[in-house]
Amino acid sequence: MLSRVAESIYWMARYIERAENLARFIDVTLNLILDQPHSAHLQWVPLVSTTGDHEYFNKKYHQPTEENVIRFLTFDRNYSSSILSSLSMARENARTVREAISSEAWEQINEFYHFVCNAARTDGKMSTPPDFFNAVKQHSQLFNGILDATLSHSAGWHFANVGRLLERADKTSRILDVKYYTLLPTLEDVGTTLDDLQWSSVLRSVSAFEMYRKQYHGITIHRVVSFLMLDRSFPRSALFCVDRADQSLHQISGSQLGAYCNSAEQRLGRLKADLAFADVNSIINQGFHEFIDNLQDNLNGVGSAIHDTFFAMRSPGASQSQFQTR
Amino acid sequence: MSANHTFFGYDSEGFHDELFDAEGRPRDGSQLLVDCINKLPLGVLTERQDAIERALHRMGITFAVYGDESGTEKIFPFDVIPRIVAAAEWQRIEAGLKQRIKALNMFINDVYHDQNSINDGIVPRELLSKATSYREPCHGLFPPKGIWCHITGTDLIRHGDGEIYVLEDNLRCPSGVSYVLQNRLLMKRTFPQLFAASHIRPVIDYPTRLYETLTYLAPDHVHEPRVVVLTPGIYNSAYYEHSFLAQQMGVELVEGRDLVVKDGFVYMRMTDGFQRVDVIYRRIDDDFIDPETFRSDSMLGVPGLMSVYRQGRVALANAPGTGVADDKVIYAFVPDLIRYFLNEEPILPNVPTYICDREEDRKYVLANLGKLVVKAANEAGGYGMLVGPHSTREQQKEFAQKIIEQPRNYIAQPTLALSRVPTMTHGGFEGRHVDLRPYILYGKDIWVLPGGLTRVALRKGSLVVNSSQGGGSKDTWVIAGDGDESASAEAAL
Repeated sequence: MLSRVAESIYWMARYIERAENLARFIDVTLNLILDQPHSAHLQWVPLVSTTGDHEYFNKKYHQPTEENVIRFLTFDRNYSSSILSSLSMARENARTVREAISSEAWEQINEFYHFVCNAARTDGKMSTPPDFFNAVKQHSQLFNGILDATLSHSAGWHFANVGRLLERADKTSRILDVKYYTLLPTLEDVGTTLDDLQWSSVLRSVSAFEMYRKQYHGITIHRVVSFLMLDRSFPRSALFCVDRADQSLHQISGSQLGAYCNSAEQRLGRLKADLAFADVNSIINQGFHEFIDNLQDNLNGVGSAIHDTFFAMRSPGASQSQFQTR
Repeated sequence: MSANHTFFGYDSEGFHDELFDAEGRPRDGSQLLVDCINKLPLGVLTERQDAIERALHRMGITFAVYGDESGTEKIFPFDVIPRIVAAAEWQRIEAGLKQRIKALNMFINDVYHDQNSINDGIVPRELLSKATSYREPCHGLFPPKGIWCHITGTDLIRHGDGEIYVLEDNLRCPSGVSYVLQNRLLMKRTFPQLFAASHIRPVIDYPTRLYETLTYLAPDHVHEPRVVVLTPGIYNSAYYEHSFLAQQMGVELVEGRDLVVKDGFVYMRMTDGFQRVDVIYRRIDDDFIDPETFRSDSMLGVPGLMSVYRQGRVALANAPGTGVADDKVIYAFVPDLIRYFLNEEPILPNVPTYICDREEDRKYVLANLGKLVVKAANEAGGYGMLVGPHSTREQQKEFAQKIIEQPRNYIAQPTLALSRVPTMTHGGFEGRHVDLRPYILYGKDIWVLPGGLTRVALRKGSLVVNSSQGGGSKDTWVIAGDGDESASAEAAL
């Protein structure tokens, strides 16, 4: 498919996933505060620092109150990673490729965008924020379902899939990263019995609570990290996302799984092996935050390799064999 | 809003109405529609109109309101009352359009080769030499299959005398056909029973016909030609249409930066390398398609495209240079060109046209600016236009000055009493002026889309139907005659 079209589809899917995960971030924080009303303000600060532009926030909003942070992360058009900005970017990308995706998928992006736009007109004063963020999640899930059910699973779909999975792996790791430190104020807390209520909120934020329970029952930090990072079958775990993204890349190029024919496949394959053979004890002993940093660097590296391999404008003179006359 | 949307008491106010005759009786083919609307319970029609507008929003057939921070978007207004064209009348229009497009193609070919029609004095040489739409690089060009203009959208109007006139030939990149298809889709959802009962000719096969027309142009040695639609990009006002047509034909929608010329062929950049392109339906003006041949500052086009085209290794639709024949001054000579090339009388008449470059015409125009419509020779979209009866003294003065300075650039026509169609307003039905743009495809043979885009001037009394100036659109129903295929079968879909 056209490089430009592939790139737009990839980013369309990434931005939708980004919007959904931001809603999940906010939703888990709202939930935690219900359980812990006395330290409410402490919950919103890290949300700004890990997801957003701290300086811009302080200048425009001053106080990290619930209302301010929600307005900033959800409706601020001047903040490029807000839910509304992400959806606007997803829609602009979709608009440039609407002939390449299905009409249903395009209409869903449109409805999704207008839904958040309409909510923005109330100036961020929502009567029931949890309902709103839940609806954002559902819109995104509906979009993914429509895409899966109406678009041929050929190159275009695989580019969308890679975009959404890389974004999801990144965001799952971020949610865990920020909660790991706010919920575990000292290192000594690692390994003690955790506050079931709080960690179940974190698991719920990535729709992992029920699946986690089926596997582990009691909550410990090792198990949570293991489940959200290294589980092979939970669809939001980092390993699962990386593994399926890897499969999609191989579908696009036609090369064999376990081998590689371009730098994107090489980098993603190595990351997949790292995660597949990782040990949760050593991750925690060597520092969870470093592990997350490293994971995010690797995900970024895969992103730029994908850009170089598939999207960047190459000179047609480079190799005659690249030409196809079909 | 509880306006009474029935036709009881509807007044055509002395204008030619497309739905009712002068005595207020439904015209040929309109009875079913009128009965259906009159029987609808109060408020239902408003509800359906609202549902259509919501659907347009959902489908994203919108344009952004410039400068609006909150992201408000507007739809192109659509009115549910269709324009109906009786079978016999359509047959005549169709024959007239085919005749006209055939002659225009022969004229374009003649202009860029032997210029017989100019040597024989049908079109004055000085008019042609002053035409800004003449493209020197096209001289001596042989477009594939000898056709220059493959896709045409001709503007027709009906005057107060009941006669259909040709107002303009759009031979470059006529737009609007996507609205014809979308309008039909919406109407079928809104009035399924009515569709099943009326015998309306289908429009749904346009993308297939367009695809056939385009593949017909491919170089002979290519077995499975690869067709693309070339767009200037998402900021173009017709982008939705480019994308829609590419999607409906199942071909790639490309921008100039996706294409590259190499070793005498055109290729597009794909994720797995480069693929040859054989036919380009280009929706970019001549001036911008190849910076090496035309405007060197164009960022939209493909450097070297014209040289590949000249060698017959890629086809362009429409061919570059066709604009010379839809110049509003050349327009005045089309009836003579039909007689010259085809030896036939024109079936569809022209609107009488005064050519400001001619001294006697100019004198008349300058003395009668308050009665005439003045148009710039190379403008579209309702710009560069003076509607005499609706103009101020100052505007008339301004145009008089322009005409004196650049007489070649202006023509004038009598102000026409455009026919009207009942249209929904807050107070019930009122007549609004309309024109009609049928679409003609010229490939293996000439095919006319039954109906076309009916544009309606939604402002009361306005004669300007362009969407940029408060215009909307309506579905156009051509009633099937004996032997015509009808859309009733599609209605069930």
